[in-house]
Amino acid sequence: MVLDLLRAAADPDGLLPAREQMAFSLGWHIVLACFGVAFPALIFVVHRRGLVHDDPEALALARRWAKVSAVLFAIGAVSGTVLSFEMGLLWPGLMGPFGDVLGLPFAFEGLSFFVEAIFLGLYLYGWGRLPPRRHLMMLLPMMAAGLVGTYCVVSVNAWMNMPTGFRIVDGEVTDVRPWAVLFNSGSVLQVAHMWVAAYMVVGFSVAAVYAAGLLRGRRNRHHRLGFLVPFVFASVAAVAQPVVGHVLGIRLGETQPAKLAAFELATTTEQPAPLRLGGVLVDGEPRYYVEIPRWGSFIARGSFDKPVQGLDTFAPQDRPPVNITHLAFQSMIGIGTLLAGAASVFWLLRWRRRDLLEQRWFLWFAVAAGPLAVVALESGWVATEVGRQPWVVYDVLRTADAAGDNPGLWWMVAGTVTLYSAMTVGAVVVLRSMARRWRVGEEDLPSPYGPEDRELAVR
Amino acid sequence: MTLELAVAAALFLGVVVYGLFGGADFGSGFFDLTAGGPRAGAELRTLIDHSIGPVWEANHVWLIYVLVMWWTGFPESFAAATQTLFIPLLLALVGIVLRGAAFAFRKYAATVASARLFGAVFAASSLVAPFFLGTVAGAIASGRVPAAGVGDRVSSWVNPTSLFGGVIAVGTCVFLAGVLLTADADRGGRGALTATLRRRTLAVGVLTGALVFAALLPIHRDAPTLSAGLTGRAAGLVVLSGLAGAATLGLLLRRRFAVARVTALIAVAAVLLGWGVGQYPWLLVDEVTIADGAGAPATLAGLLVVVGLAGVLVLPALAYLFRLTQTEAWTRH
Repeated sequence: MVLDLLRAAADPDGLLPAREQMAFSLGWHIVLACFGVAFPALIFVVHRRGLVHDDPEALALARRWAKVSAVLFAIGAVSGTVLSFEMGLLWPGLMGPFGDVLGLPFAFEGLSFFVEAIFLGLYLYGWGRLPPRRHLMMLLPMMAAGLVGTYCVVSVNAWMNMPTGFRIVDGEVTDVRPWAVLFNSGSVLQVAHMWVAAYMVVGFSVAAVYAAGLLRGRRNRHHRLGFLVPFVFASVAAVAQPVVGHVLGIRLGETQPAKLAAFELATTTEQPAPLRLGGVLVDGEPRYYVEIPRWGSFIARGSFDKPVQGLDTFAPQDRPPVNITHLAFQSMIGIGTLLAGAASVFWLLRWRRRDLLEQRWFLWFAVAAGPLAVVALESGWVATEVGRQPWVVYDVLRTADAAGDNPGLWWMVAGTVTLYSAMTVGAVVVLRSMARRWRVGEEDLPSPYGPEDRELAVR
Repeated sequence: MTLELAVAAALFLGVVVYGLFGGADFGSGFFDLTAGGPRAGAELRTLIDHSIGPVWEANHVWLIYVLVMWWTGFPESFAAATQTLFIPLLLALVGIVLRGAAFAFRKYAATVASARLFGAVFAASSLVAPFFLGTVAGAIASGRVPAAGVGDRVSSWVNPTSLFGGVIAVGTCVFLAGVLLTADADRGGRGALTATLRRRTLAVGVLTGALVFAALLPIHRDAPTLSAGLTGRAAGLVVLSGLAGAATLGLLLRRRFAVARVTALIAVAAVLLGWGVGQYPWLLVDEVTIADGAGAPATLAGLLVVVGLAGVLVLPALAYLFRLTQTEAWTRH
């Protein structure tokens, strides 16, 4: 991967570390962002069940998930702040000229972040302090903020893919129309793709935790409920995702043909184009793939006989790194298909009165599905981001021209990797210790340094 | 009022609110750090957990608001400042990340040993972040961030105005936190804790107040434009800050903690506003004015829509959260 990126010898020194820094910090944050978007909905379902059906086990799940979200949302908030700083620190050539073009969606995102943070505080500290029904309702603004926030952030990315809302006259950005950016035509589908992905990641991840518990013989209602609620969300999302992704993808032929060519490993223009499963480019030639005639055209263009434009129609300096893009794209598709298929089989068999939760192999699969969904998410972002290269704003601004020239950026990358590794370890240690204490019956988890009388103890 | 001035005012309002509420959250790190061993400091650390736990993330969002308003409303100056002030911004960021993560981890730590580790990280990084943000403010206010090109990456923030800015930022954060925590402890009926916090807050207040006025002379030499503003247009705010600060000390002495919160907030708000009014009309002092640094008018108008929406959607919810945290039910248990 590094070699592939290093290819362009004329790139400024700051480019590669800035790229690695952005990719790493964004890739880390996006998993937590998914929890911010989708976790409140899961909590809402179990919390509401606990209240309305007077179900103490569901309510216990809600309490625990709320505590987990307190940890995850905190590190999500700070890692999101890192990205805000990085917009300026790493990409002055983007933010200087285009800050007022792409900024408005971020301002709206700020609003939704406010709403999320305020109602998170109200929800987390509202247990036993707010009237129960009103307390439950605190989750609704968080769910709404998750959707609006996703829209705002992803609409900027959609704008980077399909820039609009400005003109360039004599090298100057002019005629800025920020609302055209916020409501750009690429947003809705890309946002839907990401929003559904968030529910897949969180649904499969939380279900995986309870699948692991079931595997260890904790076959009680607590674990079944803890598995099924997130698995329902994950299943709906996983089955919807191929449709959303397909509709999103069929625009690529017009909007970003070079990215499509990399997705499809199309070195030359083909009509109709085959679908290539697997495969890498070796010395400019595709190798090691299975070819399915015509399906490339259908998947990419929505028709069995439309052409897919080949990489050879782009100047070498305008081509994305093909292998990373292609492999990431196919990983996403492959894992997504697997997860959608598995979820369908599970519910089909359940309808036929066969419960796969009794099968150890399925539980093992369900444990793996959490990390797999994360890999699919990351692959999707790698595919779309690397596939847009060498542009940061497609066909307008090259990534190399957006980077700054600060020295010592590799130190920053090393420091960030260290810091984030420590933060990951900290989160894992704390979350595991919470689970351990819950298993031995400590529900409230008072702080270990709290005063003896506990009068002030926070729940 | 012109469009760009309205956006600049809304942006600076974010700076002030972040300075007050985000600042108070940071400042509690000092009291956490000096609370003593696990047993002796348990009561105070639990109070801090309880006081900032429900609000710190909401208060933190003001920083995001400021950044977004800045890069959207005044993009070129944002890019310029991030490049010249790369190092202090990165260090402030490290402080912000560590503070938030360690605070959340500590609350659910399983053992006293891990809680101590997370607690030390939380407390120390709480002071790192405002210090470096203060140096950034000093760099901009003393005219060391060029509008074009990159200024000196070290001397831009290692200079008298920046260093005083950093120390004053830490001092005001700690002072504010002290006043608010003392009031919380008093309302919770924790007498001994109230007395300790009151004593420490008085000491910090005297020290910070002295520092603010001691800084005026070096700033006069080092940052003439800001200094002219502080002694000219913003003189009233400087005086107000001094009076409100002194009143806070007097109220603390007389154990009028609830009222002291108000005067403390006024004192710090007046310092921050004094900086803003003092450097007006400059965006980056001596380099770019607000009018010259502004982005596209359509975008500025859009930002004002966002500000209006914030007033309708965010402020009532925020007020509800703040009000609840100040009620008896939330304080007791």
